[in-house]
Amino acid sequence: MSAAPLIELSGVAKTYGSGTLALTGVDARIERGSFLSLVGPSGCGKSTLLRMIAGLIEPSSGSISWPATGNERPKDIGFVFQDATLMPWARVIDNVYLPLKLKGITRKDAEPRLRDALARVGLSDFAQSFPRELSGGMKMRVSIARALVTEPPVLLMDEPFAALDEFTREKLDDDLLDLWASQKWTVIFVTHSVYESVYLSERVLVMGARPGRILQDIAIEGPFPRHHDFRESADFIGQCAKVSAALREGANP
Amino acid sequence: MNESSRLLRILVPIAVGIAFLLIWEGSVRYFGIREFLLPAPSRITESLVDNFGSLMGSLWITLRITIAAFFLACVGGVGLAVLFSQSRAIEMALFPYAVILQVTPVIAIAPLILIWVGFDHTQLALLILAWIVAFFPILSNTTLGLLSADHNLRDLFRLYGATRWQILTELQLPSATPYMLAGMKISGGLALIGTVVAEFAAGSGTSTGLAWRIVEAGNRLDIPKMFAALLLLSLLGITIFFGLAWVEHTLLKRWHESAIKRER
Repeated sequence: MSAAPLIELSGVAKTYGSGTLALTGVDARIERGSFLSLVGPSGCGKSTLLRMIAGLIEPSSGSISWPATGNERPKDIGFVFQDATLMPWARVIDNVYLPLKLKGITRKDAEPRLRDALARVGLSDFAQSFPRELSGGMKMRVSIARALVTEPPVLLMDEPFAALDEFTREKLDDDLLDLWASQKWTVIFVTHSVYESVYLSERVLVMGARPGRILQDIAIEGPFPRHHDFRESADFIGQCAKVSAALREGANP
Repeated sequence: MNESSRLLRILVPIAVGIAFLLIWEGSVRYFGIREFLLPAPSRITESLVDNFGSLMGSLWITLRITIAAFFLACVGGVGLAVLFSQSRAIEMALFPYAVILQVTPVIAIAPLILIWVGFDHTQLALLILAWIVAFFPILSNTTLGLLSADHNLRDLFRLYGATRWQILTELQLPSATPYMLAGMKISGGLALIGTVVAEFAAGSGTSTGLAWRIVEAGNRLDIPKMFAALLLLSLLGITIFFGLAWVEHTLLKRWHESAIKRER
């Protein structure tokens, strides 16, 4: 690997004011254009790590650098939260418009991009709806459309589909992979589902709790684009077992 | 809610009201209750018609002060709340005084304000007193609303480099709207109460709002007129309440849980 990584974490640690050690000694290199999952039990600091990469939280020690972009955090980072986090008073299209509005782009100039973002998540017919009129899965799609409307180089996702039913989740997983294949994004995906992490990613970082740390860095073998068959293949199940074993190892030191 | 049950919700209270008035009228006539103790509804209506001009003039005075006090309470309450949300220091410094203004009974401050403002500016004194009573619910509700904007949304705004002004106008104020409107619904009624209490305190005929008509009629033992003025005050209060409830419903019906009807 000759090219500089997009993100380089070295010795990243976070201690909260109360003295809780949320995360300790995290080292990782994240390649541009890769799909990486962070998987671990609750309390392992995976959300904290994601928020630090986004710049929403400062690390207590260690550093997060961006070698591929001249060491500057890209301005447009897409972030998708566990719940859709939409503004209930705004129509779907105005929710998607938010990132562009905050940058001072007029609604008229933004219009084609808004239409395009909604089309990519399959919600063209719901532009004028209010969030409460949509199902949980549709709200999540709006949230994704909002994250990708700025054409972000990096998409950070914090357990985005955890609250959805399995059928909807698998559908959104596939749609996310399609979007990833068509863009040149780097995706960092936090989940507590082993299956989801193996299905989606090229690489899984397995994390452990108390204190939060990276236990193992597992490369996932498997063809892209993914096929539903992959979920049932022995290869898939074997790799899930490997990730699960790493998680168990972390739980019983 | 279907059509017939909605109709019932209107018809039942009206029927109760009519029955009550009939019993009232009947009892007064049957037992020969004297007018200065309890006038019959027919007698009150008569008095309302006889004194229509002066009562309407008084209604207008009370209404004007109430509306002005309510309007200033909205401006002051929301304005202060925004200021508080921008600076913890200002909130720390001023909030206790807002509470002091709120907990001190307005009737006790009224004489002071009347003296300070001067008896030749009674209307201004009434306005100040009504404002003191009315502004607090808007202030405290709006403050709460501004602080309860979704934390993840706030992070998202930060991530996209939003300015303080953008966070205030695009996130905090819309989030606070339901709280603000709830505060306004309380304040609308309080503005009327404040005006009436202040009119009582001012007394002496320098302000001739509805409360003064009640005092005056009481002194003359003109109880039917007293009831007529009271009736107008109640109607005014009801109108304010339902007017504000309508505004709240109109503004929130598309998105807020409180205004959404659920199918059952």
